[in-house]
Amino acid sequence: MNFLAEAAEAENPLLPAWPELIIGLICFFIVFGFLGKKLLPSIEKVLSERRDAIEGGLERAEEAQAEAQRTLEQYRAELAEARHEAARITEHAREQGAALITEMREEGQRQRDAIVTAGHAQIEADRKQATAVLRHDVGALATELASRIVGESLQDSARQSGIIDRFLDELEAKASVSEGAAK
Amino acid sequence: MSSALTQLASEADCHLNSGCGFPAPGLHTFTFEPLFTVGSVEVNKPMLLSVIAMLAVIGFFAAAFAKPKLIPGKMQLVGEIGYDFVKRAIVLDTIGKKGQKYVPMMVSLFFFVWIMNVMSIIPFAQFPVTSKIAFPAALTLVVWLTYMGLTFKKHGFVGGLKNLCWPSGVPGWVMFLLVPIEFFSNIFVRPFTLAVRLFANMFAGHLLIVMFSLASWYLLTPSLGALYAGTSFVVTIALTAFELLIQFLQAYIFVILASTYVSGALEEAH
Repeated sequence: MNFLAEAAEAENPLLPAWPELIIGLICFFIVFGFLGKKLLPSIEKVLSERRDAIEGGLERAEEAQAEAQRTLEQYRAELAEARHEAARITEHAREQGAALITEMREEGQRQRDAIVTAGHAQIEADRKQATAVLRHDVGALATELASRIVGESLQDSARQSGIIDRFLDELEAKASVSEGAAK
Repeated sequence: MSSALTQLASEADCHLNSGCGFPAPGLHTFTFEPLFTVGSVEVNKPMLLSVIAMLAVIGFFAAAFAKPKLIPGKMQLVGEIGYDFVKRAIVLDTIGKKGQKYVPMMVSLFFFVWIMNVMSIIPFAQFPVTSKIAFPAALTLVVWLTYMGLTFKKHGFVGGLKNLCWPSGVPGWVMFLLVPIEFFSNIFVRPFTLAVRLFANMFAGHLLIVMFSLASWYLLTPSLGALYAGTSFVVTIALTAFELLIQFLQAYIFVILASTYVSGALEEAH
């Protein structure tokens, strides 16, 4: 009976044999030890490094592109500013030129006026002087002529009575009236 | 009795019409005499094969990943494909982002189980180590301890029990039925089915291959039997190819279920 029971037990395929079970466990833990402690972490590290290398390359490319974009923006901004500056300078120059021209024109006008005024004054003075000289000469000549005609010297009395002057003033008044009418 | 049957199965001269019956494979096909002893441990063929499988897995991954490079060589590329398959298609897919921690365990499980399965069709080895229940049982024990430990570590004792047997979104009166079923299912049925699924698939597959290869040999006589022997041989080839698929599939299922259990343990209380 004992032998039979032993044989049946040995042949029951669902009953694990202890030595095999233990060997199986040991083998598994040796595999797990090598793979889990050393080999798989090292490959996992390399895999993540590879992922980094690939993604890092992409990242670097993106960064370079962004950098180029930034430079372009900056360049454009500077260009726009330069254009603006140039326009501003041109405008300023134009304004300054216009102001200068106006100023010069005013100056010219002023000088012209001054010259004209001075000319007028001079002419007036000359005229006055000429008038004075002429009045004197005409008086003298008229008195001389009258003296010759009358036969006696009228010089003193004529001068004293201011006849000549009055006469000349009347003449002058008439002349200015006729002159005004002519105008 | 066992040794007598083993002897019968390996008897080379037994042919059709030679007087002896067909040496049908059976449980004795899975019983091995110790090859040698180390200390007091008697080492038999499955044990030796499991050690070889262990060495093969470590050897492969050491060759592939010992000096990993950013631009992988051929071995590293193959290793990475295997690693990535388990990591993405199984672990991260089932557990999600927090599954990263369990990737090494699942990778070890997958490749160890797979190579032990593949031993079935390696010449001279020709025995799936996992068709001895002890090996699936050992690995299942690891999975069971992992997900039970995680459950109680994450939710505490009461929360852990609730996580194990209190399904969500179910009306209260069903709980009478459901709680015992869930409890029984999650704590006892899960590990049992996990181990037996792998074991039984490999067991049956090996039995079929042995059956047809023995038949090819047994029927190979200068008679009409040779025709049957040829047919049987073709079936053996076909079954070997089929087994190659099953070996991979069973390793995949084992690991995907282990991941699902770990994922269930990590799930927030609903």
